[in-house]
Amino acid sequence: MAHDTSFTNQEFKVVGSRPPRPDGLDKVTGRALFGADTFAPGQLVGRILRSPHAHAKIRKIDTSRAEKLKGVKAVITSRDLPDLTNGNRGNFDILENCMARDRALYDGHAVAAVAAIDEQTARKALKLIKIDYKILPHVTDVDKAMAADAPIVQPHIRHDDKPSNIANVSEFGHGDVDAGFDQADVVIEKSYLTEQAHQGYIEPHACLASVGPDGQGELWVTTQGHFTFRNVCASLLGMDIAKLKVTSSEIGGGFGGKTHVWMEPVALALSRKANRPVKLVMTRDEVFKASGPTCSTSIDVKIGAKKDGTVTAASATLRYQDGAYPGPWGMLGAMTSWACYDFENVKSVAYDVLVNRPKVTAYRAPSAPMAAFAVESTMDLLAKEIGMDPVEFRIKNAAKEGTRASYGPTYGPIGIGPTLEAVKKHPHMKAKLGKNQGRGMACGFWFNFGGQTCTDLNIGVDGTVNLTIGTVDVGGSRASMSLIAAEELGIPYERIKCNVADTASLGHNDTTVGSRGTFSSGMATIFAARDAIDEMKERAAKAWEIEVEDVEWRDGCAHAKGVAHSNLAPMSLKEIAAASPTTGGPIAGHNEVVADGAGVSFASHICDVEVDPETGFTKVLRYTVVQDAGKAIHPDYVEGQFQGGAAQGIGWALNEEYVYGEDGRLQNASFLDYRIPVCSDLPYIDTVILEIPNPNHPYGIRGVGETSIVPPLAAIGNAVSNAVGVRLNHVPMSPPRILKAIKEKQAGL
Amino acid sequence: MLEVSLSGSLRDATDGAASIEIEARTIRELLRKLVERYPRLQSRIDEGVAVSVNGEIYRDNRDVPIPEGAEVFLLPRIQGG
Repeated sequence: MAHDTSFTNQEFKVVGSRPPRPDGLDKVTGRALFGADTFAPGQLVGRILRSPHAHAKIRKIDTSRAEKLKGVKAVITSRDLPDLTNGNRGNFDILENCMARDRALYDGHAVAAVAAIDEQTARKALKLIKIDYKILPHVTDVDKAMAADAPIVQPHIRHDDKPSNIANVSEFGHGDVDAGFDQADVVIEKSYLTEQAHQGYIEPHACLASVGPDGQGELWVTTQGHFTFRNVCASLLGMDIAKLKVTSSEIGGGFGGKTHVWMEPVALALSRKANRPVKLVMTRDEVFKASGPTCSTSIDVKIGAKKDGTVTAASATLRYQDGAYPGPWGMLGAMTSWACYDFENVKSVAYDVLVNRPKVTAYRAPSAPMAAFAVESTMDLLAKEIGMDPVEFRIKNAAKEGTRASYGPTYGPIGIGPTLEAVKKHPHMKAKLGKNQGRGMACGFWFNFGGQTCTDLNIGVDGTVNLTIGTVDVGGSRASMSLIAAEELGIPYERIKCNVADTASLGHNDTTVGSRGTFSSGMATIFAARDAIDEMKERAAKAWEIEVEDVEWRDGCAHAKGVAHSNLAPMSLKEIAAASPTTGGPIAGHNEVVADGAGVSFASHICDVEVDPETGFTKVLRYTVVQDAGKAIHPDYVEGQFQGGAAQGIGWALNEEYVYGEDGRLQNASFLDYRIPVCSDLPYIDTVILEIPNPNHPYGIRGVGETSIVPPLAAIGNAVSNAVGVRLNHVPMSPPRILKAIKEKQAGL
Repeated sequence: MLEVSLSGSLRDATDGAASIEIEARTIRELLRKLVERYPRLQSRIDEGVAVSVNGEIYRDNRDVPIPEGAEVFLLPRIQGG
């Protein structure tokens, strides 16, 4: 049944409060079960053998000695994962990425796997597998991969009728940029590089797989989308979807990296061959080498403006490396690059480019931070050139309701203008700065989306409520869903218990991506609760022996309407639940929805840094996030998302990068050498929540999980520039790069 | 009659056409008629597209009504993290 999802501007009693998180106690006491925390009788240890080469032909794999080792129960190669994809190239790419076939395409690509009785035996068995490689030329740099003589990563990919590493070209925009640049008083052109970064989730990929001889299986796994994992794994392994039950564990961070299968089909294939459960847990080295980091990029930006600050034209050419398999990442960079602004003439052209690196996957507002770094850095340069305050310059050109977005559609009510006005008025902007200190600000955009969602709500005879959702809780959605259910039912938050169901217990739910969890499961929870309320009104009517039309629901109770029923005392949810065995049995609500109309999201960030001119070290002194949330259901979690995205962006801006050697091998696959920020690296990150309601959600909710990582790269770049007078065009802005820029400036280069 | 605008990457399947006039009352009808006219669009739709109707982006709901004279964009499907 379709429901009206329009914003209703209702007044809230519970939504917007900050109760304790329902999963908090388990997490701080170690009782919460993550991907590696479940055990099955007779389980084996799985390990994967990975290519040490960036690009190599696999001439022969000899597993005979490993198979004979005592304690080894299964050894698999690509022969044990036959191609069942029926010409579906996307599925074949997933299969091949999980286990290389005739070629290893990057350092870390899986080539074989074993299941053994213990870790030691499994590791010993890997050493006994002999692989005859023929090393092939490789390319890991996005610009070099576009050259005509570059080694070809995927021979079936063609561009201009020739084999090429350019997998896709995307173009967006409107107007006439050439004419627009002709009208400009000032034009700035600049090129930028950003290095590859990993999501850096603390919990590695981990699963426990069990497939029986009857073809039925179970998978316990850390994932952002267990329904998607079920569908993909069943398809790759030739299983019936209904016969593979997938349970999502607690998740120790995902940020987009746990949206794809990386080794789960391998664990299932090992279990199928061994006829025993198999636990497979990636090492950190494997996480870096063989899961999905974000792209490295090379971006050219050109913006022209009149002296009064009106931008007359803007264009960008974006080159995103996708790893060894095509993705939509360049396209997303092109779509997001100019989305904050109302430009008459605008154009973005993006290239998705293949290299011998791991398959790229989403990282929180995928592709947008790199484009924003290039665009927002150039916006600052232009503001300086025309002598205008950078905030005023952005306000003058900001998109608003009715603006045609650079990627096509016309915006409804949006928050970029209000975030900029909030930045302008924020005390942070007026705080004094010291020597070698600088302040920067930048804007960011992300689409947000909804998708397929299914929710159950069951009322117990004691009046407590089990709310069952299917979107994995990556950022506190169980608390938000409980607040929404409490709001609708009119009962205390503490009487709701929200669970994430396994795939056998609920209809399909799309993966928790695109900042969709609270938007879409929130919508389904509202309608599931209202479904249950309808049933409770029926039960009350039955008990009172009146027509259901004479019953209304208020404050957690059924009320009989009208003078004729004025002698009937309200009947509480608890009383209706207690009577349910004799009024029709269990009381439940249900909803399935395709939640569209998620409402775009904007943020503006302010950052103060101090740069040590002797070492190039940058300390972030103060940081403020201003973002539109539509409606903050549980403000603590909204602030947490704002702070988390900013923290990740700060790490990426200043330190994080994949370093490849000339041999095409990753040089820093550990947290010692790939340095993510720790608490002592970060200031308290201040937050300002704006609430510009999404017209397509009953509560006005917009997603909040991703946009906060978009502005930091540029905000820090602008702050560094203002601190020491050098413009960094290469992320991360690590001490050696900043020091080099300072020395070049001093040398007059 | 609607004017449907196509983003650049989808124009390969429409012989370069950037906008197409078509009669459709829902997204489902729109996509069916587009494929009837440009059969090569089918594979792009199978890979995933989104349709923007008066500024709202729909990825999955094909039953969305399209008002007369609405602004309609056919976009590649968007992925998030």
